[in-house]
Amino acid sequence: MAKRSERVAKWIVSGPPLLYLLVFFAIPALIMVVASFRSPGEFGGLAPLVDEAGKLDVNLDSYARFVTETVYLRVFVKSAWYAAMTTLICLALAYPLATLIAKSPRKYRDLLLLLVILPFWSNFLIRVYAWMIILGPNAALARAVNGALALIGVEPVPLLFSAFAVLVCLVYVHLPFMVLPLYANLEKHDQALLDAAQDLGANGWQRFWRITFPLSLPGVYAGAALVFIPALGIFAIPDILGGPNDTLIGNLIKQQFLETRDWPFGSVLSIVLTVAALALAGMAAWVGRRGAGSIARA
Amino acid sequence: MALLDIDHVTRRFGDFAAVDDVTLAVEPGEFFTLLGPSGCGKTTLLRMIAGFDLPDGGRILLNGEDLAGRPPEARPVRTVFQNYALFPHMTVEGNVAFPLQMARIPASERPARIAAALEDVRLIGFEKRYPHELSGGQKQRVAIARALVTHPTMLLLDEPLAALDAKLREELQIELINLQKEVGIAFVYVTHDQTEALALSHRIAVMNAGRVEQLDEPSKIYGFPRTKFVADFIGQCNLFSGPVKSQDDGVVTVDVTGIGAVRVATQAPVAAGSAGTIALRPEKIRIAAGAPIDSPDNHFRGTVADLLYMGDVTVYRVETPGGSRIEALLANSQSGRAKFFEVGDAVEMSWAVDAGHFIAG
Repeated sequence: MAKRSERVAKWIVSGPPLLYLLVFFAIPALIMVVASFRSPGEFGGLAPLVDEAGKLDVNLDSYARFVTETVYLRVFVKSAWYAAMTTLICLALAYPLATLIAKSPRKYRDLLLLLVILPFWSNFLIRVYAWMIILGPNAALARAVNGALALIGVEPVPLLFSAFAVLVCLVYVHLPFMVLPLYANLEKHDQALLDAAQDLGANGWQRFWRITFPLSLPGVYAGAALVFIPALGIFAIPDILGGPNDTLIGNLIKQQFLETRDWPFGSVLSIVLTVAALALAGMAAWVGRRGAGSIARA
Repeated sequence: MALLDIDHVTRRFGDFAAVDDVTLAVEPGEFFTLLGPSGCGKTTLLRMIAGFDLPDGGRILLNGEDLAGRPPEARPVRTVFQNYALFPHMTVEGNVAFPLQMARIPASERPARIAAALEDVRLIGFEKRYPHELSGGQKQRVAIARALVTHPTMLLLDEPLAALDAKLREELQIELINLQKEVGIAFVYVTHDQTEALALSHRIAVMNAGRVEQLDEPSKIYGFPRTKFVADFIGQCNLFSGPVKSQDDGVVTVDVTGIGAVRVATQAPVAAGSAGTIALRPEKIRIAAGAPIDSPDNHFRGTVADLLYMGDVTVYRVETPGGSRIEALLANSQSGRAKFFEVGDAVEMSWAVDAGHFIAG
């Protein structure tokens, strides 16, 4: 029967990736969930599941710690703030860029898109370290900024190892993830709609805010999700470019697993981060689908 | 004073003149059609009236005021686009409200205006629908309501019915005629469909290669085409060309290769020896199997080479002994019609001198 052979074929095709995700994603995630309810081991790792008295050692201590010790919650809020700023700045920079690419002659578009993703061809850490040189105290940028500040009698400021450095690099790294979905959306816009709006009395500003921008919202949501979620969990950039106050949730998680060796608490932080990111992604997908629906079927 | 004056307007794209020194006037309340094949310049002319394109020469005046320098959003004309161009993220109501918002009409006045516009196009009850929930005809009606809601001076329609199927098109044609009568706004209508132009318009400008070939009422365009192009483009037409032999008493005789001497009445004086063309509609030809019939002015024999049965009428292509083909059309309901002719049948064709129309050249 055709139906049955189709079913078999479906499993053969989707089996390997499913198996891969099960082994390398679902099972580790499950281990992390279980670990979050256990006690930390004396020398790192996890304490035995059954203690010497023969009692099952399962508790909510690590969750309680996250909720009661406000410092962690504050780091979480700070991370969300950095991610939100990164998303907004990326949006402000990417929108004109994506518009420019979408409106340029067809033969140049592929080249311009290639330039946008060109940074991916070199290693992520090398690119972050490059910013150390660009923002370093003896580099031209710092000299120019501090020279200008000296003229108006302001003390020199360090550019490196600051919130500024972290934010600049966060924007730099994530910008392509905002440009690409925005471009994919803007490229499909119908010029006739803008002509119609103009014919009906709308000036350039009104055409943008009433037609172009609302129709680009699915792209904005997709780009925002692609920037906000990875920016929320990042640890390498604040590690390398940040100052002592730029510890983000990603650094905290790394610390718990590698330095403090408190696996249960590290697991709790990871779970909170994952749930927050999933909730946001779900929201973006839901809003995006609602917006895209009326556009796709038009 | 005319409502719209197109005054020696030219638009060039490189060496190509899309619109070539066109002058015409549209009167208030008129249903005016620009008719022509694709590439004849009719859409370019419409876009220049709307302001999306600018003339390289000449002026466009609306109510005597030169529109040069006024962008589309500042012109009191509205366009209905071929593919509707409805805003997909707005409801029907939102689409129709848009021009009112742009014109800063107070919010308190808008609902009544929207309702009136939707009533004009018979779309009451569809306010909350999105464009993707409408049929093609309904979308076109929304586009028209949206264009009319601000009471523009003039409505420009760019092949608005081209995307619809034949039956719906006919229905909307009748609605357009009634709507135009009702609102009294001048319509400038662009189409390549000659039956549509004949059915809708008060006047038609037939365009070819950037120029206006003839500007007239539909019946004049059909009955008295001034050029070979117009005769050929508007409906089916036999064109008999050849040197003029003589003109006696208002009847010109043209020597047509493969047919012979064809006679046609004309008022204008025609010089013997000059080139002439007789335009003759297929439905003006009497076709019969028997002996010569009542119109002795023009009478030719031939055999049916092929035929096209179209239900209400049949089109016969008759080959003359000289090798030319004449197209004749016969209504199948014609009384006394005894039989259909078959391919190979010998037939007699005749028509009166005033059945055809003489075109110099």
